[in-house]
Amino acid sequence: MALPAPLRIRDLSKTVPGGRVLFEGLDLDLSAGEVVAITGESGAGKSSLLNLVAGLDAPDGGEIWIGGRALSSLNETERTRLRREQLGFVFQAFHILPHLTLAQNTALPLVLAGVEGDTALARAAELLAAVGLGGREADFPSRLSGGELQRTAIARALVHQPGLILADEPTGNLDPETADRSLALLLDAARTRGAAVLLVTHSVRAAEVADRTLVLGRSGLRDPHAG
Amino acid sequence: MPADPALPPTLLGWMVRGEWRANPVRTLVAVLAIAVGVALGFAVHLVNRSALAEFDSAVRSVSGSADIRIEAVTPTGFDEALYPRIARLPGLAAVSPVIEIAARTTAGDALTVIGLDPLRAARVTPALAAASGPGSGMGFGSGSGRDVEDAVWLSPATGWRAEPGAGSATFEIREGGRRIVLPVAGGLPGVEAGRRIAVADIAAVQQRFDRVGRLTRLDVMLAPGIRPDAAAREISAVLPPDARLVTPEAETRRTSDLSRAYRVNLGMLAMVALMTGGFLVFSAQSLSIARRRPAFALLRVLGLQRRGLFLQVLAEGASLGVLGAALGLVVGAGLAWGVLGLLGGDLGGGYFSGSRPVLEISPAWAALHAGLGMAVAIAGSLLPALEAAGAPPAEALKAAGRSGDPERRPPLVPALVLGSVGLAAAFAPPVAGLPLFGYAAIALILAAGVAAMPWLARVMIAPLARMRAPVPVRLAAARLAGAPDQAAVALCGLVASAGLMAAMGLMVSSFRGSVDDWLVAILPADIYLRIATAETSGLDPGLQAALAALPGVTGMESRRSLTLKLAPERPAVTLLAIPVPPGTRVPDLPWRRAPTTVGPGETPVWISEPLSRLYHLAPGDTLDLPLAGRSTPLRVAGVWRDYGRQFGALALQQSDYVRMTGDTGANEAALTLAPDADRAEVLAQVRRALPPDLAAQTEIAPAGEIRQAALKIFDRSFAVTYALEAVAVLVGVAGVAATVSAQTLARRREFGMLRHVGAGRGQILAMLALEGAFLGAVGAVAGLALGAAMGQVLIQVVNPQSFNWTMDTRWPWGLLGGLTLTLTLASALTALLAGRSALSADAVRAVREDW
Repeated sequence: MALPAPLRIRDLSKTVPGGRVLFEGLDLDLSAGEVVAITGESGAGKSSLLNLVAGLDAPDGGEIWIGGRALSSLNETERTRLRREQLGFVFQAFHILPHLTLAQNTALPLVLAGVEGDTALARAAELLAAVGLGGREADFPSRLSGGELQRTAIARALVHQPGLILADEPTGNLDPETADRSLALLLDAARTRGAAVLLVTHSVRAAEVADRTLVLGRSGLRDPHAG
Repeated sequence: MPADPALPPTLLGWMVRGEWRANPVRTLVAVLAIAVGVALGFAVHLVNRSALAEFDSAVRSVSGSADIRIEAVTPTGFDEALYPRIARLPGLAAVSPVIEIAARTTAGDALTVIGLDPLRAARVTPALAAASGPGSGMGFGSGSGRDVEDAVWLSPATGWRAEPGAGSATFEIREGGRRIVLPVAGGLPGVEAGRRIAVADIAAVQQRFDRVGRLTRLDVMLAPGIRPDAAAREISAVLPPDARLVTPEAETRRTSDLSRAYRVNLGMLAMVALMTGGFLVFSAQSLSIARRRPAFALLRVLGLQRRGLFLQVLAEGASLGVLGAALGLVVGAGLAWGVLGLLGGDLGGGYFSGSRPVLEISPAWAALHAGLGMAVAIAGSLLPALEAAGAPPAEALKAAGRSGDPERRPPLVPALVLGSVGLAAAFAPPVAGLPLFGYAAIALILAAGVAAMPWLARVMIAPLARMRAPVPVRLAAARLAGAPDQAAVALCGLVASAGLMAAMGLMVSSFRGSVDDWLVAILPADIYLRIATAETSGLDPGLQAALAALPGVTGMESRRSLTLKLAPERPAVTLLAIPVPPGTRVPDLPWRRAPTTVGPGETPVWISEPLSRLYHLAPGDTLDLPLAGRSTPLRVAGVWRDYGRQFGALALQQSDYVRMTGDTGANEAALTLAPDADRAEVLAQVRRALPPDLAAQTEIAPAGEIRQAALKIFDRSFAVTYALEAVAVLVGVAGVAATVSAQTLARRREFGMLRHVGAGRGQILAMLALEGAFLGAVGAVAGLALGAAMGQVLIQVVNPQSFNWTMDTRWPWGLLGGLTLTLTLASALTALLAGRSALSADAVRAVREDW
């Protein structure tokens, strides 16, 4: 029996307060290990789409399935648990907690899932080594560069082996060279582990390395290369 | 499969340690705030507990294992014929007759002389009897023959020591102008240290102290199986009006009542400090939550349940509480130990004179105080925890450092509801003699004031934004008006501490002013004299006439004062037999309500305000006075203000007193001098007019000196209050400093931006100082208004219900003005210092952090 798709969206619509329609009739399917980049104008609703997929906001219509589970059938506690187990996140502003060490920051998803501290830290150390931060486990974020912070965030997004990674402008705060390296690292690590990636970006370079690039508009997602 | 806890312990540990590491000073201030409250509360409790235990032990040592005591209502005692009548009642195993006399040693120290029957005392009061002594010949009743019949046994505190081969020693006792010398038969090793007691055979004491045929107490032991209440009914049936039955429970209650209101008030002051600590925790947590909104949002996005985040913030508060409580218990125990040594068991209140109790710690009470500290810390974290858990994660993740919407008008309804409930509570009666609703009213009014701060801050600060003024002033005003919720957080602690200090200042000022007025009213004469330990003797009529005839003396009033037990479960009241000025029908007293006249054939009695409230008596009521072996009905004809006798006093016309008792003696006198009289010369003449032994026991002083001494005692008894108040205010000011500095430091990026657009360092510092000054002034003004309301509850509700006296409001303008100025300057200075620190960082770097 085939595993359920990491992400399936049908006929999704979202209106912001004030009545402006962000998008409607939005469909999307992601298969395991696939990387999809979503671009669009500012205010098109790219981040809102990610919030809907993460279960942090509710759509006005349509349905989202994560790993085969419809978000509308889940209550808040179940959605929180689903995020914890099946989703990884990478943000533009890194969001690395300043008072925790790199290992502790990386281990957060495991600890939240109830994994015992030492086990979680050991697994975090493996991931940090995989993103080129081996031996830096006990460092605090204040001693890291932007690129290193984003690599820590990538390690955190992968440490609990999620089926889907949501990345919101992951290179937006990085210089071009560091951005390329970080993006390559994220996509390689995700593909190696079979995780799908939904990447929201303005970056042409980022869109180029994705398996598919889609443009978000009021009528949903469209492939710019399709007729 | 790992468990799915709402709040994983590992995460909790990491987050708490991380926060402590990041903000050690703010954490320390919050911990100290809780510790101070717990320490003060625990210290006050320990001191009271130790003092009461010591007092209880002292009572037990002299009344032994008596199940019931029969006490005389006045120091003159009751007829000894009562003893055989009681002894013959069925169900009593032993009855020990006692005569107890308050006397002095030659050094002037208080000494209790106890006359006992050795045979009966051996069963009922073994601590005094021979059997308890560790050495031979020690303990009352040891020895035999004529040489011990008239002798006295002395406790260690009298200074007497048995010296081998020293021969027969004597001991001199002074009482009511007499010197009585008795041979010493031995010591009383069973009496605890610090108690000055002399025990002798009852017949010898009756004879030598002129109390033949009189007893002051009967200690009764019940036969096995006899119920105390049944025996009490039998005994009560045969008691004369001048004797009262007292059970051990009533005795304990009476002892505890002596200082209960004072203790509760001190305890409440400690709670005030703890509450201020709670506000500080609230401020610290609110700021911390605001600063960490993105971090909490991240945790929510990564999978932390809403409930888990709520518990996380509460647990952080609780961790501050645990540390604060643990530190508070240790400091409190140390404080109590030091205070017991320095001030004694009554913290300077004057209730247990001469006692030096040993510190007694109860684990249950320690746990209770620790629990209170934790509860306050958790309560202070409750609102921030709700706010953190309620924030939408996606929005919070984007909006770091977001402040409230300046257009939104904060709600005033919760504050109005709290204030209304508080006002209603102020009108409720006391509970078990304590103003519990009064304290609740203060807490509710304080909570209402704090709850109103967001609204008030907006209302008071908004006009500032429209001011036309130099750049720093406009920047400061715009900043405060634009973030009223942040201003409100800073103002919470400020308003709480300013309000509590103003309330206490108003109460103390009103109390002191009223006491001063009262002293002036009750001391109209020039010179006063009072004979210590002379309740049953003193100035006889001849001596009174001699004093009145002294050169320079134009008038003399003599008084008899003695203690009287009106109810067994209450401390004794004071009876004053005083003259009524010629041409009037009422004595000259500071009337609370205008005195009324009594009907023909009725005897008037004028009662003090505490007596009126404690015994629920009002003008027109009848008071049955147990005096001279009978009960005399008196008509209450007036209520007078009295701050000198907390448990009540009643005044009788001197002629009525003499008619009832036949006692023409006096132990107090007031002399009015001729305008040209030499006061020092008259004082010397008064001393010469008194017999030498009596003069040695007589306190003679001009009215002015008495007034000064009384106010000194007042200030001393409020010394602990002032100290607790100062600590509460210091905690509050520390909270303000922590809040203002944290808010200032959190705005480094804003300062960086201002530097980028051309604002000078001096302008930014001026803006910060002005912001601090605005905040301090607004907080002080709001705090003073709140303090005025809470002060009125203290004056009109808490004091009358605690101490049964009322007072007139006196506004301490100097204190209130000083408080406003101090808080404004302290706030400005703190903001300035924090601003200097924030501006020391490179402005470019500060702005870059925001990119």
